Amino acid sequence: MLEQIEGSKAMARTIALCRPQVVCAYPITPQTHIVEGVGDLVRTGALGNCEFINVESEFAALSVAIGASAAGSRAYTATASQGLLFMAEAVYNAAGLGLPIVMTLGNRAIGAPINIWNDHSDAMALRESGWIQLFAETNQEAADLHVIAFRLAEELSVPAMVCVDGFILTHAVEAVDIPEQAQVDAYLPPFEPVQSLDPDDPISIGAMVGPEAFTEVRWLQWRKQHAALERIEALSAEFAATFGRDSGGLLRRYRMEDAELAIVAMGSVNGTIKDAIDELRAEGVGVGLVTLVAFRPFPTQALREVLVGAAHVLVIDRSLDPGMGGPLASNVDLALRNLSPAPHLHSAIAGLGGRAVTKTAMRQLARDALADAWEGPRFVDLDEKVVARELHRSARERRCGPSAEHVLKATEREKIARVKAREAMR
Amino acid sequence: MFEVRIHGRGGQGAVTAAELLSVAAFLEGRRAQAFPSFGSERTGAPVVAFCRISDREIRLREPVQRPNALIVQDATLFKSVDVLDGLAPDGYLVVNTTKSFAELHLDEIAARLPKGHVRAAPASDLARAHIGRPAPNTALLGAFAAISGVVSLEALLEAIRRAFPGEMGERNVLAASAAHAAMTASPAQEFACSNR
Repeated sequence: MLEQIEGSKAMARTIALCRPQVVCAYPITPQTHIVEGVGDLVRTGALGNCEFINVESEFAALSVAIGASAAGSRAYTATASQGLLFMAEAVYNAAGLGLPIVMTLGNRAIGAPINIWNDHSDAMALRESGWIQLFAETNQEAADLHVIAFRLAEELSVPAMVCVDGFILTHAVEAVDIPEQAQVDAYLPPFEPVQSLDPDDPISIGAMVGPEAFTEVRWLQWRKQHAALERIEALSAEFAATFGRDSGGLLRRYRMEDAELAIVAMGSVNGTIKDAIDELRAEGVGVGLVTLVAFRPFPTQALREVLVGAAHVLVIDRSLDPGMGGPLASNVDLALRNLSPAPHLHSAIAGLGGRAVTKTAMRQLARDALADAWEGPRFVDLDEKVVARELHRSARERRCGPSAEHVLKATEREKIARVKAREAMR
Repeated sequence: MFEVRIHGRGGQGAVTAAELLSVAAFLEGRRAQAFPSFGSERTGAPVVAFCRISDREIRLREPVQRPNALIVQDATLFKSVDVLDGLAPDGYLVVNTTKSFAELHLDEIAARLPKGHVRAAPASDLARAHIGRPAPNTALLGAFAAISGVVSLEALLEAIRRAFPGEMGERNVLAASAAHAAMTASPAQEFACSNR
């Protein structure tokens, strides 16, 4: 039923419809509303046959999910930012053991400096852990991707992360069609584990594997992710047939017909970019968009097919690898490397730590990519005055102190000056 | 697309107000998007929430920068926050106050906006009378509905009842209705409301 509802609540309701049997979580902003919502549904009995386990840390949250999954239960957890890092060892374990846990990641920046706001640093930090990573554009898709994620994870026995922009989606209230239980049941059969711990039939999961077999175990893991590329497309088509709407898939294209410039982006920023593209198209600029839903497995071939005709590709990263640039741009670059002629790649870093990504900035960026190309990553809306002043200040003395605190003070002083100037004008 | 920015202080219900407004628009069959400004909010600190209403799908996710309407839950915010930033020339401004716009040094801004688009509503007083505590958000929404016509009072009251079932909802319904009535009454009959 279509409801005007907070994203976190819509996700909680949909996750409950997937009938998880064990849910364990530790609160961390901006994910907390989701597990609180699931907890409420367990408490009221709306979600039956489910054990909600309060744990003492994120490490425990995923470790308990690993135990539950290994015992044959459908297990779910959620986290964000430092929480994901705190459970990092278990994240790799879940993937290496092939346990189909589903986890929501309420995407948030990673400190230091500490920051509770949205970007994709957390998902990027563990992109090589062996989890499937799917990015939601809207709250409808955020809800739907959980249903697809459980099905996909359990089919392949691989854990899956549903990446949802923190605050921008988790805390946004918009219309979401919450599926019916019968629809979800028709799409998602009961969990049939490929391995489960049973005292009556003891097996070992998690044996030590030496040099003689480690490569083979890893190859099988790689092959599973490869198989996921095809299954993601098939399961999204089946989702559309069951639920009557498109969600998920490897990628989506928007106004890519005859596009000279193709923008590639993940997550909620795609909506803003679409509005920017409509305006640019009306002004005669040939711009299109490729929305990447699946980041892991990375849809190299599908991406190559959609980008082959574009002269320019502009990649919007919502995180930064300080020693390299944009992680998404690096991945897209790899996909383009054997194209002939290869499109010109432009990399932009936008929306770090909650900085708003505006339609105006996206329009300008697209125009610049076509007319005034740059090398390396461009930091969208960077306050060049602030960084120049800080570079100058810190160069003056060795013991110049922490830069984050000085930048913060400088921006605060500017804000106060602006308010005073406005007051004086009135 | 109609864009609303709500300024308040932590605890005054700015985020809830944006959500209620979006539900009211949804109940009228339109698309709506409400979201907070995502700070580490605490009681008393400046808070901003946004609501977009449209007849088409809303894809834009940036904060509202060119609001068609501003709802201000605490008039002291004008001193510390750039409340009026980006307000459209034909925009609406609803302020929770019992003071006149001259006293708030807002008379010049009020003069620039269309007649009837700028109103002071004694929302905290109405909330105290009907709800029992100075939670101005539902009364301000009633006032906003009255002067802008962007959502109907009926849809707003239904949104309030859905969010707060039972007595608390009914009290908020009274507060919103009273503010709506105060705004629609002729200026001479208004109590403690300043108008142009």
